[in-house]
Amino acid sequence: MEAYVQKKSAETLKPPVTSVGVIGWARANLFNGWLNSLLTIVTLYFLWIVVPPLIRWAFIDSVWNTSGAVCRDADGACWSIIATNFRFILFGFFPYDQQWRPLIAILILCALLFYSRNRNHWTKHLLYAWIIGLVVMGLLMRGGLFGLSSVETTQWGGLPLTLLLSVFGLTVAYPLGVILALGRQSKMPTIKWMSIIYIELIRGVPLISLLFMGSFIFPLFLPEGVNFPTILRALVAIIIFTAAYIAEVVRGGLQGMERGQYEAAESIGLNYFLTMRLIILPQALKIVIPPTVQQLISAFKDTSLVVIIALFDLLKTSQTVLSNPEWMGFSREAYIFVAILYFLGCFSMANYSRKLEKELSTEN
Amino acid sequence: MNEETTKNNDMQPTAEPMIEIIDLHKWFGDFHVLRGIDLTMHRKERIVICGPSGSGKSTLIRCINRLEEHQRGQIIVDGIELTNNLKNIEKIRAEVGMVFQHFNLFPHLTIVDNLALGPIWVRKVPKKEAEEAAMHYLEKVHIAEQAHKYPGQLSGGQQQRVAIARSLCMSPKVMLFDEPTSALDPEMIKEVLDVMIELAREGLTMIVVTHEMGFAKSVAHRVLFMDFGQIVEGNTPVEFFENPQHDRTKLFLSQILH
Repeated sequence: MEAYVQKKSAETLKPPVTSVGVIGWARANLFNGWLNSLLTIVTLYFLWIVVPPLIRWAFIDSVWNTSGAVCRDADGACWSIIATNFRFILFGFFPYDQQWRPLIAILILCALLFYSRNRNHWTKHLLYAWIIGLVVMGLLMRGGLFGLSSVETTQWGGLPLTLLLSVFGLTVAYPLGVILALGRQSKMPTIKWMSIIYIELIRGVPLISLLFMGSFIFPLFLPEGVNFPTILRALVAIIIFTAAYIAEVVRGGLQGMERGQYEAAESIGLNYFLTMRLIILPQALKIVIPPTVQQLISAFKDTSLVVIIALFDLLKTSQTVLSNPEWMGFSREAYIFVAILYFLGCFSMANYSRKLEKELSTEN
Repeated sequence: MNEETTKNNDMQPTAEPMIEIIDLHKWFGDFHVLRGIDLTMHRKERIVICGPSGSGKSTLIRCINRLEEHQRGQIIVDGIELTNNLKNIEKIRAEVGMVFQHFNLFPHLTIVDNLALGPIWVRKVPKKEAEEAAMHYLEKVHIAEQAHKYPGQLSGGQQQRVAIARSLCMSPKVMLFDEPTSALDPEMIKEVLDVMIELAREGLTMIVVTHEMGFAKSVAHRVLFMDFGQIVEGNTPVEFFENPQHDRTKLFLSQILH
């Protein structure tokens, strides 16, 4: 081989025009190769067929604030079913003149959730804010103090119920699941086997059967006169169920940890709890953010199963409206509305998990 | 030899025992890894352990801070015997620093947090003080400018120096090095060895498992050769390298020094 010595180092040049800008982008992403071009054209055609009629139905021909009879003559969507029954769908059988109370409770909850998004806000003050918020929310919903009329939990329904079951269900289920996962990894046989039996038993039955058991079988074991509200029993069933699934997800994360991390933590003298709290869990839980959120989203949607034990969650209140002769047949509109609300919930969870993953990333 | 004699007197081992190991046995399943180890290490002493892989040298030092459990014999560290007593184990681990082959830094914490964690949670040092101490030790290993990065952003050699500083932060009475340079690229070995040599000059008590014979020659008071779970030979570096007695030692040295 001939000897080679570089004489002059290469200059920095701009990339060729065809690879930048809109045209460059389209060429690289939409029309690179015949298969991709074909897919692009088919997709565009499909959108052309679907989108304009959808827009016409949903917006142009739709009616927004009429009676059911007018709706039947309209060509487009009958959003009147939502507009007219808005308050019933959102608040169920909560006394009509008191519905500002669940509304404020929801607003407080949303404000707290939104403020908690930022991890810099996770301080002691936020904890106090949550405690105060929870008390105020409970007071608003239940009443009976400070001149607020008392509202039985059987009258709770709609969105507040869905939020209550999901927010509390999930926030209690998550730490419980983590504890179960740690229990399953424990060196102490009793703890280990109790965790395994719990997880496998609960995973082995559908949520519906747990809800049934909670509402019909569980009361049989209670002494006479003692009674828990159905909502609480449903909440406990959801927590018990979700925790088992979270536990398995977290276990996956724990098993992904290197032995060296435990050894390094132990070698500086950290005990078991500190090792878990400071070293292992922060890493393991971070690894399993995507499957955890997956589980939480699924649990959020599963709260709609409480209809089978006669709770009026968001889905059930919409169905109730549809059983009214005036609004019969407008199920598309009603379900789209409910779907949007659920989507907002799920999407913000998914969105937040992505944000969290990005923030916690320690790679460059 | 000259180097030995010119050293300050308080750099020399004292008569006080730091670690006493008496008839230590360990099995991995049926495999007899450690077969009756007897070793007394004094304060300020520096021991280098070498030997072929699988000879039990890593297992031996991992037993000293109970990352491995021994099945027979006694290990007494700083007057405390290692038993199943968890409190004693934690106490000993806080006094015995450990540097691993694969660094084992905590990837989710910044460098300075990696260092301050032990002092804050184990020694209950106030956060600010712990961080100042952390910076001091980072300077000592010549890496203070990386304090607010994450371990994943550092090179192997830098990570190992951070790992050394993390151990130092606990002001350990003895430090164990488990093949600290074996996982490093050749050009990074020196920067780590240099730091270790500096620490040795300051009189740190250390046991080093390594194949770096140059390091052994320049800092060790004693070099031990292990094979098949036993200490085959132990001597001053000069005697060990120039006048090995046992056949297996001679064979081993001929394989690695040439």
